[in-house]
Amino acid sequence: MIVGERKPMEEIEAMIDPFEKIIVLGCRECVTVCSAGGEKEVGILSAALRLSREQKGRTIEIKEFALERQCDHEYIEQIRSMVPNYQAVLSMACGAGVQFVAEFYPEIPVLPAINTNFIGVTEEQGYWTERCQACGNCVLHLTGGICPVSRCSKSLLNGPCGGSSDGKCEVNKEIVCGWQLIIERLKSLGQLERYEEYIPIKDWSTSRDGGPRKVVREDLRL
Amino acid sequence: MKSASRLEKVLEKGEFAVTSECGPPRGADAEVIRKKGELLRDVVDAVNVTDNQTSVVRMSSAASCFILKGMGLDPVLQMVTRDRNRIAIQSDILGAAAVGVNNILCLSGDHQVFGDHPKAKNVYDMDSIQLIHSVKTMRDEGKFIEGEEIKPPPKLFIGAACNPFADPFEIRVPRLAKKAAAGVDFIQTQCIYNLDKFEEWMKGVRDRGLHEKVYILAGVTPMKSVGMAKYMKNMVPGMDVPDEIIERLKGVDKEKRAEEGIKICIETIQRLREIEGVSGVHIMAIEWEEKVEEIVKGAGLYPRPQV
Amino acid sequence: MSEESFEPKIVAFCCHYCAYTAADLAGSMRLQYPPNVRIIRLPCTGKVDVLHLLRAFEDGADGVYVAGCMEGDCHFINGNFRAKKRVHYAKKLLDEIGFGGDRLEMFNMSAAMGPRFAEVAKEMVERIKKLGPSPIKKAKAQKGGDES
Ligand code: SF4
Ligand code: SF4
Ligand code: FES
Repeated sequence: MIVGERKPMEEIEAMIDPFEKIIVLGCRECVTVCSAGGEKEVGILSAALRLSREQKGRTIEIKEFALERQCDHEYIEQIRSMVPNYQAVLSMACGAGVQFVAEFYPEIPVLPAINTNFIGVTEEQGYWTERCQACGNCVLHLTGGICPVSRCSKSLLNGPCGGSSDGKCEVNKEIVCGWQLIIERLKSLGQLERYEEYIPIKDWSTSRDGGPRKVVREDLRL
Repeated sequence: MKSASRLEKVLEKGEFAVTSECGPPRGADAEVIRKKGELLRDVVDAVNVTDNQTSVVRMSSAASCFILKGMGLDPVLQMVTRDRNRIAIQSDILGAAAVGVNNILCLSGDHQVFGDHPKAKNVYDMDSIQLIHSVKTMRDEGKFIEGEEIKPPPKLFIGAACNPFADPFEIRVPRLAKKAAAGVDFIQTQCIYNLDKFEEWMKGVRDRGLHEKVYILAGVTPMKSVGMAKYMKNMVPGMDVPDEIIERLKGVDKEKRAEEGIKICIETIQRLREIEGVSGVHIMAIEWEEKVEEIVKGAGLYPRPQV
Repeated sequence: MSEESFEPKIVAFCCHYCAYTAADLAGSMRLQYPPNVRIIRLPCTGKVDVLHLLRAFEDGADGVYVAGCMEGDCHFINGNFRAKKRVHYAKKLLDEIGFGGDRLEMFNMSAAMGPRFAEVAKEMVERIKKLGPSPIKKAKAQKGGDES
């Protein structure tokens, strides 16, 4: 899923400072699961914003709402009649959601309330970690199912570097060395000899380096 | 011969090679490089020029190599993949070769968090092994990474680093094998203080005949103080400093510790010379270039062979 | 509203197994505790959510606290630890917006601690008296004053 985290209140408050009437718009997909921008977080953020405003002697009217998804037209349509009554939309979806809502309501500012961090997993309740950088050319089959692009701090395809120490990355001791994981996994698969297979220089044109990407499925298009 | 490198010639002749290192300054003064070069002239066979070492911005390795080359030294262009993509890397290689640089050392480089610009974006278009492979392709096949012809190709003697002490230990020899297969000509190792562990690694290297495929230059760094020894032990990832070294330094008077550090370094070199498969030493006297001559002489490696 | 005459409104989220019972006990022991505290009974403090805490402030509370079982004694094992973390999160959020995390607190007590319940209530009332009315009330009062 896409993992995000609420922006500092100060930043959000500055963003919405000019407005008196806004929609705080959550999304019920990834950001709900990672507790960054679901219905409940919409409630919390709205309450905090009201408290903050009121203590400054100002008011703000907040419409709290959460869409099934902010990255799909049909859901964004649901707020069409509502949007013109507000001065801004404060979206709690990932960056994609924020932009897609903005595309539909060109005359209204749509602002990001969360920082979109990464594609990752819930390791434990309240603890998320990165697993994929959407490089567009997956190599997991070559690296024991562990992604060197996202889990090695240097995205080395033929790692580890000389900084790997006690299973930890040189960047800091809280990061597990991705290459240590790859080697352990190859070992447990009984494929340690594959470590010596050279992985050639990667084609990054499928990653963001190739410019904005798209996927077109002609078979599905109407 | 693959290149016009003096280092390659020394090694080909079967002489025990000596290389050292020169860290470029954090300013635009060529004199600093010239001074360091002067200290190393005739004392070593080739001089590595670090590439923004520990991710701290310094004068470029290529320009510094050019200065040393002009003085008649044989510089080794260190090249990390952290800061340049394949376009910049290949371009720098052509430029370096054009001004007479004969050696390159292929590295991934320290992560930028260690340096003075931790907010930088890193590149890592390729890793050190892919860089080795790329330089070899450029030199031997006369081709760029994408396959286009290079006229004329850069003739570089290709080096890489190896850390026999990093984790996981079990892949330390396979990792060297991987670099050898990618086309590396020589290796300079991480600083060696734990000789027993190094010998264990060398045995693994010999068992696979890797010492016959690549020249291995064992890395040494003289300790200046107890503080430095402790720092290296505790703060530098992948560094193995046994307690005996620290104890030995502690055992002499404070003002004699630097001298003791040099002594340890010389003894280490003497022991390294005895190990089968070690073709030379790489002396990394960090901001202490003036001591290299003393170390080389003390280890009986002076004068350097004329090639 | 002068500082002396300020009687804070305080909301206490109390676990049914401990603080709520302790409040009862305090009553039957005829222990005096300030009438400012409005008690909301929870089956366990693990039920309390950041959202409830903020809503209480929005509804005009000057101070809010959560009172759960002693650490290690929660009937649902770690409900009170969860509550503690949520209180912490909400305190940080309140600090971030300049509302003041001090207005919110977490306490632990057992059902037998009637006197402790009264003490905590007093302590909170004292603290909030010092802090003054909720910043939103202050702001509203000021605005009222400006307008008149
Ligand atoms: S290799 Fe690429 S696609 Fe596969 S997990 Fe890693 S970043 Fe994602
Ligand atoms: S220590 Fe491991 S994860 Fe960190 S950069 Fe080196 S190989 Fe990658
Ligand atoms: S049962 Fe009292 S806090 Fe959980």
